[in-house]
Amino acid sequence: MTRPAFTPRRAGFIALCLLPGVVFVMLFTYYPMVRGAVIAFQRYNLFDLTSTPFVGLENFRAVLAEDRFWTALRNTGTWVGASLFFQFVLGFGLALILRRNFRGRGLYQAWVFFPWAMSGFLIGLLWRWMFNGQFGVINDLLLKTGIIEEPIGFLASPGWAMTSVIVANVWYGVTFFAIMILAALQGVPRELYEAAGVDGASRLRQFWHVTLPHIRPMLALIVLLRVIWILNFPDLIYSMTGGGPAGSTDIVTTFLIQQVIGGDYGKAGAVGLLVLALLLAFSIFYLNVTRSDETTR
Amino acid sequence: MRRLAKTVVLTVWLLITLFPLYWIVVTSLKPKAEIFSVPLRYWPANVTFEHYEELFSFADFDVYLLNSLMVSLVSAAIVTVIGVLGGYVLARFSFAGRGAVMMAFLVTQMIPLFIALGPLYLMMSDLDLLNRLAGLMLVYVAMLVPFATIIMRGFYERIPVALEEAAQVDGASRLVAMVRVVIPVMLPGIAATFIFGFVQVWNELFLAITFIDSEDAKTIPVAMNSFITQYDIDWGQMAAATVVSVVPTLVLFAAIRRYIVEGLTAGAVKG
Repeated sequence: MTRPAFTPRRAGFIALCLLPGVVFVMLFTYYPMVRGAVIAFQRYNLFDLTSTPFVGLENFRAVLAEDRFWTALRNTGTWVGASLFFQFVLGFGLALILRRNFRGRGLYQAWVFFPWAMSGFLIGLLWRWMFNGQFGVINDLLLKTGIIEEPIGFLASPGWAMTSVIVANVWYGVTFFAIMILAALQGVPRELYEAAGVDGASRLRQFWHVTLPHIRPMLALIVLLRVIWILNFPDLIYSMTGGGPAGSTDIVTTFLIQQVIGGDYGKAGAVGLLVLALLLAFSIFYLNVTRSDETTR
Repeated sequence: MRRLAKTVVLTVWLLITLFPLYWIVVTSLKPKAEIFSVPLRYWPANVTFEHYEELFSFADFDVYLLNSLMVSLVSAAIVTVIGVLGGYVLARFSFAGRGAVMMAFLVTQMIPLFIALGPLYLMMSDLDLLNRLAGLMLVYVAMLVPFATIIMRGFYERIPVALEEAAQVDGASRLVAMVRVVIPVMLPGIAATFIFGFVQVWNELFLAITFIDSEDAKTIPVAMNSFITQYDIDWGQMAAATVVSVVPTLVLFAAIRRYIVEGLTAGAVKG
């Protein structure tokens, strides 16, 4: 695309088309985000707005001194790590099966896609009901098959609650991974396999030496996007356990939302900036690791 | 043998995917006594629609439904127009600041927007837009603009420029060429963007519960959120509410599944 000379008409057209969107995003996304970052350095409580002095790092100190924040941080690691691992493995498996065309594949994909039409909030509710300790269907099934003898209070016990929310999240995310990985697999040129097939490579070797290297950059990217997304996904936990019991399913974003609901915008801002810093650090680290992998290969 | 194994795996996964939906439908059709009795029944002994009736007679669900519909339709329509215009310029023109706009849009998709939640509440309060559907719409439009614009840009890029040039040679202005020639080709993409926006707004929770607490302005997620903050959840009613709120999105999403998949994967492939 070459850049033609500036004409008022052309500039006017560009501005006319682009400005509405830019204005909306600036006013209702960037402005409040910047304000949120500033508020992080203020004492700013919704229920006492008479004085909102700048207090330096006070909010950050308050957050870092809270045990619940550190618990939430540890839980975030478990939540993201375990969800990602199972979503990835199961999604990869599903993608490999769906790779070969078969009758009804399109229809099948449409059906397994259905969780995507639901909000995290509704999915949390669905699983909250199924994991119910007394009348939940999961307990019923486990009892009927003799796997357990007594019903388990999944969402009432700190030991089980995290496992339960992760199960729900895995259920939700597998399809996404399957579809993304399927798209990556379909991008591998057929000639590569033909060449490998002629050389007499087994299927496993083909997969290892042809498929995997080819889709690795894309896999790396999908994983990064998912980490960011799962971290930014408090909806399911919010409606399934509300972060409980006793903070055992709190993650940093549910912690942040509790601060907002509690009206302490200063602290909420501080948590937000900490999360952002964490995400940024992780992304940079991750991109470096995956890139250096690439060059040494 | 291989084929059999594959079929089994696919079937099992399909059952796992669909079971929660089945279960919520069954629950919504059971009388209260049956919901809370052991052993559980996997199909109601007496099918009842009482929870649905209650939802609309006692719980004012018709008001919430209408509010959700209104907010979703208007926000999605505005966002679609903005995306159609912005995406066109980003796809077809080269100008100073183009990269910056793209970057500014992409960044919003990456960072936790929850940091803006408190300040947005303050803004809405200053603008006297708390408990008003208009306030929600403004924020929803802003939330959806980046995705809509980026995905529309992608759709434009797949249309040959020659198509527009041909129209322009015939003497049509740029805007006329866009409306007459490009938009018709783009219709499926435009519909997909609209539906995607609709569903996002329909499902949105945290902004809505931050800005809305008056009965007459509640959207469905806000109403359902007040169901769960009660001590005892009425699961029959909750199940019925879930079914009512998920059916429209299910139908709409099925219609545009292909485009969502394309949108998701295009983002990752191009990176």
